[in-house]
Amino acid sequence: MARAAVPGRLNWRVATLAAARDETATARTLVFDVPGWPGHLAGQHIDVKLTAEDGYTAQRSYSIASAPDGARLELTVQRIADGEVSPYLTEVLEPGDPLELRGPIGGWFVWTPKGTAPVLLVAGGSGIVPLMAMVRAHAEADSKVPLRLIYSVRTPADAIYAPELSQRSVASPLETTYLYTRQAPDGMPTGRINADAIARLAWPPQMTPAIFICGPTGFVETAADLLVAAGHDPDMIKTERFGPTS
Amino acid sequence: MNIISRGFSGRRQPGGDKLPPGQYLERGFPVLSAGPTPPVKTATWQFTITTETGETRRWDWQQFMALPADSVTTDIHCVTKWSKLDTHWRGVSLDTLLDGVPTNAGYVMARSYGGYTTNLPLPDLRDGKAWIAYEYDNAPLHPEHGGPARLLVPHLYLWKSAKWVTGLDLMTHDKHGFWEELGYHDYGDPWREQRYQGD
Repeated sequence: MARAAVPGRLNWRVATLAAARDETATARTLVFDVPGWPGHLAGQHIDVKLTAEDGYTAQRSYSIASAPDGARLELTVQRIADGEVSPYLTEVLEPGDPLELRGPIGGWFVWTPKGTAPVLLVAGGSGIVPLMAMVRAHAEADSKVPLRLIYSVRTPADAIYAPELSQRSVASPLETTYLYTRQAPDGMPTGRINADAIARLAWPPQMTPAIFICGPTGFVETAADLLVAAGHDPDMIKTERFGPTS
Repeated sequence: MNIISRGFSGRRQPGGDKLPPGQYLERGFPVLSAGPTPPVKTATWQFTITTETGETRRWDWQQFMALPADSVTTDIHCVTKWSKLDTHWRGVSLDTLLDGVPTNAGYVMARSYGGYTTNLPLPDLRDGKAWIAYEYDNAPLHPEHGGPARLLVPHLYLWKSAKWVTGLDLMTHDKHGFWEELGYHDYGDPWREQRYQGD
């Protein structure tokens, strides 16, 4: 017998994969239809659950990549070669397949169009995903709040959403700067995020920007420490730290 | 009723029976925090227990280090799905810290440097179930894992084990802490998979 939904309870829902597209050699965007989806805020995540024939289950959390859009939901999943869930989501799941998920989860690492402070987004690798939801929500709302993105990637080929980011930089008040840690396009330097990059690329502390940092632990620790050292209020810095989820 | 995921066989892990539902085995030690790691110096560190009547008991770092400490080997479970088995900690039992503290409180709000809070039932901190830990793997607890000292309540999801802890407020009525206010469970038992409010 179906149990009645408890108000506020995060029930599992059955989503259907509507479409999928490759973003890079290892990152794939999955577009789901989720009947009854209550909506979400940019930056929130969901839990997904896979179930094998014998009842074994595996769960993981994934950031939502899309701006709120009715019953549509996009995830971008970075494939981890020896992972358990990410290879399934990126290589096995096909349009029409069901997927159990629940959410939205997390109400801290979120940006809403009500925000009036300039926004600084700092992404490391696949940490771009929840920040991309903010970029998209900002554009959807036609927000005039200035928005800067610092995006650290290993090589140009690892940059997720690169074509969309360059288009949006033309159409909306978004400035994107890439930092290439291993291999840069011709004529550009390689390097990790550092005090000089923060001084050149971040809004000055006097503008009290709202700052969102997402990426692997080491990257987030470094970026957050650099921003605090540059004079930003720790209370204005929100972080989400993860290694890629297997 | 779960929906079978076509073509998913899963990867069962050794020690899987020690994993609560929905968790997977992690060999690293991931870090999850809501903001920058606050710089906490032992020279100015304080730990305070405040009762529901406002009575306080306070330790500085030197006094805290002089307290009897336990070595603890335990499994830890993060609500973000990873679990880590047989982790090694050293810290002061809450039984030691709460000994002789006059209280009728049923709940506790743990408070941290940086402003983080989390709520727990007081009985969950007693009877050898909780510590203020300051060593991990025989080394001082690293700041990104909550050093110099964090709460350790390993039978609950790890967000209850407040990093950079600086105090416990004893309460007669339960109140939401930081993540609980944002929809996470008030109790957080991994074996009952109490991740979010209503679980």
